[in-house]
Amino acid sequence: MVTWEPITDIAAKVQKGERKAVDLVEQSLAAIAEAEEYKTIIAVTADRARERARLVDTGDHQGKLAGVPFIAKDNFLTFGAETTAASNILKGFNAPYQATAIERLEAEGAICVAKANLDAFAHGSSTENSDFFTTLNPYDKTRVPGGSSGGSGAAVALGLAPFALGTDTGGSIRLPASFTGTVGYKPTYGLVSRNGVVAMASSTDTIGSLTSSVRDTALVLDVMAGKDELDSTTVDRDSASYADLHGEIKGKRIGVIKEYMGEGLQPGVREQTEAAIEEIRRAGAIIQEVSLPSLSLALAVYYIICPAEISSNLSRYDGQRYGYHYSEAVDLDESYTKARAFGFGKEAKRRIMIGTYVLSSGYYDAYYKKAQTVRTKLISEFADAFTQVDFLIGPTAPMTAFKAGENTDDPLQMYLTDIMTVAANLTGVPAISLPCGFTDGLPVGLQIIAPQCADRELLAAAASIEGVL
Amino acid sequence: MAKLTRDDVLHLAQLARISLSDEEVDEFSTELSSILQYVEQLSSVDVNGLKPTNQVTGLTNVMREDVIKDYGYAPLDLLKNVPKIEDNQLRVKRMIG
Repeated sequence: MVTWEPITDIAAKVQKGERKAVDLVEQSLAAIAEAEEYKTIIAVTADRARERARLVDTGDHQGKLAGVPFIAKDNFLTFGAETTAASNILKGFNAPYQATAIERLEAEGAICVAKANLDAFAHGSSTENSDFFTTLNPYDKTRVPGGSSGGSGAAVALGLAPFALGTDTGGSIRLPASFTGTVGYKPTYGLVSRNGVVAMASSTDTIGSLTSSVRDTALVLDVMAGKDELDSTTVDRDSASYADLHGEIKGKRIGVIKEYMGEGLQPGVREQTEAAIEEIRRAGAIIQEVSLPSLSLALAVYYIICPAEISSNLSRYDGQRYGYHYSEAVDLDESYTKARAFGFGKEAKRRIMIGTYVLSSGYYDAYYKKAQTVRTKLISEFADAFTQVDFLIGPTAPMTAFKAGENTDDPLQMYLTDIMTVAANLTGVPAISLPCGFTDGLPVGLQIIAPQCADRELLAAAASIEGVL
Repeated sequence: MAKLTRDDVLHLAQLARISLSDEEVDEFSTELSSILQYVEQLSSVDVNGLKPTNQVTGLTNVMREDVIKDYGYAPLDLLKNVPKIEDNQLRVKRMIG
């Protein structure tokens, strides 16, 4: 496994001319070629990356991320390779423009070198729903890297680039971070523009990063965050940098989520989580138990709202404007139904069908509206909890990386892997997964959750926790 | 308790414009029923006095100036993924049989 220096150090050396962007890009491309067996990458953007690197080396875009290679999950629209979202329906799609997040990273000198594998359309927890192939976990090739940003997590764990982008709709950054021993960050909903990212569930979709340290995470967030006129859900940020991490964990009130420490937690995960909490207590934090009774309902709420929004968002894949086209159709309707039959994998179809059901006439109130109302209950329980504590803490997932094939026969079992991550998406709050040790040779993730818009405070706390773990 | 029949699944597939194989219809009728059964735990939750949450930003009516802005894209660039194109327009199959 390749290791990279902290991102700020790399950028500083490129700015001073001590390191060349072209060499960094070659280092990243070589690492990708060497790690091919892990199947983390759908396509490399080598030609464009080399060209961008030459520009950086001649003095262009020498910003905060000068010359830093990165890997984008393949649901980000980028130049230099196709954007497929790991789906058959988007195979061959060449993005006519780039995602705002990519544009902002490039403006600061970062260079996209490859597109990472995911569960098609980000529907899944393992990359096994990719229409192309399953990514292997760097710690055990018989296991999955988590999902849906599994390619991104495995890529960072393998050192293929200093950071990778992911999307987190129900845990899709934090789960792979916990399974691959990386730092996964889901910012406050609306802090980073989703313009140019393949939409999944619009009321919970967020964009974030997978990195090797909280400092790298904070720097990448600082470059991406802020209002974008092309995404009307983006919120204003203040002018202070997210990368200035001040404050320590001493004296902070931290609530251990009671519902996340109950039955169903793998013994090794419990052990590592409790040990981490003990270290945080020793560092001077005030630890208390906090209960959020509606958390047990969060997954059910999520698996109504998320498919509902998916069924609406994925209606755009109709085989007419882009993507797979069924040319033998006799009429328009057949050209829709056949393109979607061929182009969507099982999980996309499953979610579209559930979404269609819960939104259909006669069922809307009982399912969708009820879920949206329970969501309100959950939001108020989080608000109450944050009057007692500064942060909430618990495991990222009840288990470590599972075996490939272990959950593929039972979709509901696969959904249960998201049980500790979906609440942050439903309530819009920021959450991070930090590596907190190993059990049976597999990484365990510690999840820290903060109030809405307290991203700066969360990252500062996470950096200080990272220091004591 | 929701139990989806083959006909229910076919109806949903028609609404969602997806053609399904016989095998898929059977599979989905079992799988979707068990997923719906799981989410039905919400039916007994008391939400008296609570309003549904549609979005969490607290933003309302995000408006922009009604002016044309040039992003520098040529129409044909934006249409480059269209399978069939004529005079900058999409060519589709006939709609009425």
